[in-house]
Amino acid sequence: MPYDYTPYPYVAPPGLSAPEARKPVVIVGAGPIGLAMAIELANHGVPSVVLDDNDVVSVGSRAICWSKRSIEIFDRLGIGDRSMEKGVTWTVGRTFHRDKEVFNFDLLPETSYKRPAFINLQQYYVEEYLIDRAQEIDLIDLRFKNRVAGVTQDVNGARVQIDTPDGRYVLEADYVLACDGAKSPVRDMLGLDFEGVVFEERFLIADIEMEGDFPSERWFWFEPPFHTGQSALLHKQPDNIYRIDLQLGWEADPEEERKPENVIPRIEKVVGHSQFRLDWVSVYTFQCRRLAKFVHDRVIFVGDSAHLVSPFGARGGNGGLQDVDALGWRLAAVLRGKAKPEVLERFDLERQHGADENILNSSRATRFMTPAPGAERMFRDEVLRLAGSLPFARTLVNSGRLSVPCVYPLEGPDTEALPAMSRPGSVAPDAPLGARWLIDRLGGRMIVLAIGCDIGPVDGAEVLQLEPTREIRARYLGEADHAIYLIRPDQVVAGRWTMPDPAWVSATIKDIWEGRA
Amino acid sequence: MSLVTDPNLSDADGFYADLLAAHRELSEAESAALNARLVLILANHVGDRAVLAEALRLARVG
Ligand SMILES: Cc1cc2nc3c(=O)[nH]c(=O)nc-3n(C[C@H](O)[C@H](O)[C@H](O)COP(=O)(O)OP(=O)(O)OC[C@H]3O[C@@H](n4cnc5c(N)ncnc54)[C@H](O)[C@@H]3O)c2cc1C
Repeated sequence: MPYDYTPYPYVAPPGLSAPEARKPVVIVGAGPIGLAMAIELANHGVPSVVLDDNDVVSVGSRAICWSKRSIEIFDRLGIGDRSMEKGVTWTVGRTFHRDKEVFNFDLLPETSYKRPAFINLQQYYVEEYLIDRAQEIDLIDLRFKNRVAGVTQDVNGARVQIDTPDGRYVLEADYVLACDGAKSPVRDMLGLDFEGVVFEERFLIADIEMEGDFPSERWFWFEPPFHTGQSALLHKQPDNIYRIDLQLGWEADPEEERKPENVIPRIEKVVGHSQFRLDWVSVYTFQCRRLAKFVHDRVIFVGDSAHLVSPFGARGGNGGLQDVDALGWRLAAVLRGKAKPEVLERFDLERQHGADENILNSSRATRFMTPAPGAERMFRDEVLRLAGSLPFARTLVNSGRLSVPCVYPLEGPDTEALPAMSRPGSVAPDAPLGARWLIDRLGGRMIVLAIGCDIGPVDGAEVLQLEPTREIRARYLGEADHAIYLIRPDQVVAGRWTMPDPAWVSATIKDIWEGRA
Repeated sequence: MSLVTDPNLSDADGFYADLLAAHRELSEAESAALNARLVLILANHVGDRAVLAEALRLARVG
């Protein structure tokens, strides 16, 4: 059954008849990132107005792969369980060269985490769930058919001009969050450059509905027999929908390739029959670009408006959700006067680091798929050839390095005695806590984990006492028998010590709110 | 570890002969592909990024 794109109702905004009170936050764009941003801010008690020029969810699936980190974020946004129920869970990827499997990976061989490595779920479902959730929250004022036509700012705040079916109005805001996607009109309004590379390659992306018994795995082919000389990907989604990516070459004519009479024969070759319904088709050229910085005084760029990647690695939407996570608690604290505006510069640095890592990984994968003629092509082909027989060559085969959160370059207090996986800047690793999960106890506020020791009360944080279970030992203690961890509201480790001293922890918390850490 | 540039081959002339023999009767394209595979195999054996970076730099300078 095709997805039902019921439009959301447009309601004439009050600003059309009389000036509205100034808003703490105006969010431009109700894609996954703008919606997640509004809910995250509401979780921190901050009201927002969300403006979208459209009135339906993402047409066509676009993002399908949501990472473990994103599902953990969805949990705090209130759509984790719903996404898990609908989504297709997967951890295994297989890579083929011609007709032979050369290599496979299991992203999360351990099961002692609440959430799996990935689920596949169409972007329109994620947006639908986020809209449902946003509409339950009084702090969120979601306005469809409200197109932002202009943004200006001065030292005190920003002014947003908005076009509706009933005419134009203006909103004033302390902060404007530009979540208006890859083509970001707000970026143009501010006259900002968007730097990076465009890959001279075209990809046909199609979703088909079929009764199939393909497993819930990511299958990627280099030079498959059914699509000579190019690459192909097949991936299962809910509702018997399958994603197919086919590399077309730079000479391909996007208009021609999009036509069903051309798409259908190509897909028949992939799946080996014609018992399918074409759900959505598009032809893309991919880019890896970003703004030089994301915070421009009162206007902050979040998601695709700030950075773009090719989808091999699923780092677009997942990366954007990490922006949301890094910004929400800080912006809320700035608006409440708890933190200095400098903390927003910390957000900027951390997410530039994240965007660079995502761009690096996505560019490398795209290059491996689309080698330039000459030496680049030769090394690519020889890597594939060797991968069939030599294990080392498999590590060079790159069909996308799938999204994992970056480790922020924090200079938080650290000690070498503790495991690398939970060093400052990392997302605090999940672990079972009896019948529940550690990750569900973290987030939203500063938390001190006192593992296998006491620390007493800590100024500015809540203390959580933990017994060193097998997983907690492996992920937080290593060889040590006790440790103290400071976990930020975005579940990121801010500092850790083997000596329990509340004064050190409080000093780190103070550094965070003053924008020094 | 740093890149070894002092003599290190146990039988330099013998290795050189083997290298030529491996390329015998190959077309230019086949030879280039063989060299590519050889580079990959040897690079994995070396492993150390710093040593490889130094080797790439020397090779590039020529
Ligand atoms: C083929 C493909 C596959 C992908 N696969 C994955 C994947 O598997 N995993 C993943 O994580 N990511 C994936 N991505 C990337 C993902 O789709 C994007 O990163 C994600 O949509 C970004 O969300 P966003 O909210 O920033 O932008 P968008 O989703 O583009 O939303 C922007 C919103 O702003 C609105 N808007 C624009 N201009 C205005 C205006 N002037 N006024 C008001 N509103 C406006 C738009 O209507 C839209 O609703 C894929 C992308 C593509 C194209």
